[in-house]
Amino acid sequence: MLIRRSPDIRSSEITDESLYWRRRDWLASLGFGAAAVVMPRLAHAVSRQEETNTWDEVTGYNNFYEFGTGKDDPRKYAGTLRPYPWTVSVEGEVARPGRYDLAKLFGGLSWEERVYRFRCVEAWSMVVPWNGYPLREVIKRLEPTSNAKFVEFTTLYDPEQMPGQRRSILPWPYIEGLRMDEAMHPLTLLVTGVFGKVLPNQNGAPVRLIVPWKYGFKGIKSIVRIRFVEDQPVNTWKASASHEYGFYANVNPDVDHPRWSQATERRLGKLRRQPTLPFNGYADQVADLYRGMDLRVNY
Amino acid sequence: MDTPIRWRISIAGWISESTTEPVTQAQWIRRVVKPLLWAAGLTPLGWLLYAAIHDNLTADPVKAITHFTGRTILVILFLTLSITPLRRLTGFSWLARVRRLVGLFAFFYAVLHLVIYLAFDRGFVFTELGEDILKRPYITVGFTAWLILLTLAVTSPIAMVKRLGGKRWQALHRLVYVAPVLGVIHFAWAQKKDIRLPLIYAAILGGIFVWRLGSIRRKRAPG
Repeated sequence: MLIRRSPDIRSSEITDESLYWRRRDWLASLGFGAAAVVMPRLAHAVSRQEETNTWDEVTGYNNFYEFGTGKDDPRKYAGTLRPYPWTVSVEGEVARPGRYDLAKLFGGLSWEERVYRFRCVEAWSMVVPWNGYPLREVIKRLEPTSNAKFVEFTTLYDPEQMPGQRRSILPWPYIEGLRMDEAMHPLTLLVTGVFGKVLPNQNGAPVRLIVPWKYGFKGIKSIVRIRFVEDQPVNTWKASASHEYGFYANVNPDVDHPRWSQATERRLGKLRRQPTLPFNGYADQVADLYRGMDLRVNY
Repeated sequence: MDTPIRWRISIAGWISESTTEPVTQAQWIRRVVKPLLWAAGLTPLGWLLYAAIHDNLTADPVKAITHFTGRTILVILFLTLSITPLRRLTGFSWLARVRRLVGLFAFFYAVLHLVIYLAFDRGFVFTELGEDILKRPYITVGFTAWLILLTLAVTSPIAMVKRLGGKRWQALHRLVYVAPVLGVIHFAWAQKKDIRLPLIYAAILGGIFVWRLGSIRRKRAPG
């Protein structure tokens, strides 16, 4: 088994707010009032050990090849993207297909803040306070059929708005996918904001995916299509270099990129590298999804 | 002093020890060329310090410095390789006498490049460096280039030419052609996807090789 648990990994280092509130409600409902008071404080104390990155780092250091391959290109050039109005096409094995504007997609759901680690496959990382909606809540209202085994997401294709698409550095449009159980996991988020503000264009406005236990490239940006499918989608980076990037792309310090190590990462804002955690520190919440799978093969 | 240069005369009074005697080539190199080369060679370092002070090194400064010093090494090696054909083109014989200094600046930035990687990426854990060299081809190639530059730097003093013997020294220093080739491969291999810039470097290096070949051929051709 590749999933290593070391005693110094505290998955609660970064608080998953909704989970802890839910936990708190649950405890309160059982009458453990005292525990409910103590737990958030504890959780808060440990969450302080990893500091949130700055607005400048989160919005000025991005991989969004639709606007260029430089890390500062998206901030410089994403002004051409027009994220409002925006519609998302819901297709495939689903009872309620159609074109949804964001109000219809998220209406009635509560906008949450989730502070997550973000680990890029290039071995740098950040801590980001995202705002958005659990993907599971959105999926529930779309009512996928029993044939839906995977969810496929597609980014806007429009070289006018996304000039980087004029070069075929990647096969456009960008596509990503999740297995249904990954998509339904409470940590998986459709993000529409960051730092309590509307998501800037360079971060994937108006709506992007965040799967905190996976490498950053799974977090597809500026989503225009959500398709429920029976077969595993072919995600763009895998299509581009399948020996280097897989479908699962779970953060795993034991499985190196063919050209570089994934054992450590550089947290932006820190000079020295730090160890990378299995499943980016969320192992106790997601490792069960991959029980019995060889993560060396399914990288 | 095979090429008299008009504008050299005009500043002769400034660089010459006496105003009555003509400027010798040694004076010219010592008073003008070398100070200018030192200033040029330290300019990338100055730029790095300036950028660091103004927090202008992106959100990942270690990566920015590593990449910048890497590109600087290649540019300086390209200049080193251009000196001989440039000398033939211009007839400035003094160019041959500053080639070593230019080459040593390439080594200086190579040391910076490796030290930054060792310090920030490997925390001075040398076993990890060994592992990287063995396991990661782009590091194997880069480190090989680094060892070549080290060898050339160590054997660059005149005394070493005498100790090794001119022929052997020259054969050893032909490795200066290999180092930038390995450097460009290392550069391209480290990219995630976009290798446009390494390809531009490769094209420039190819151009320099062709230029050198052409200039050697012309020299050997009769008449």
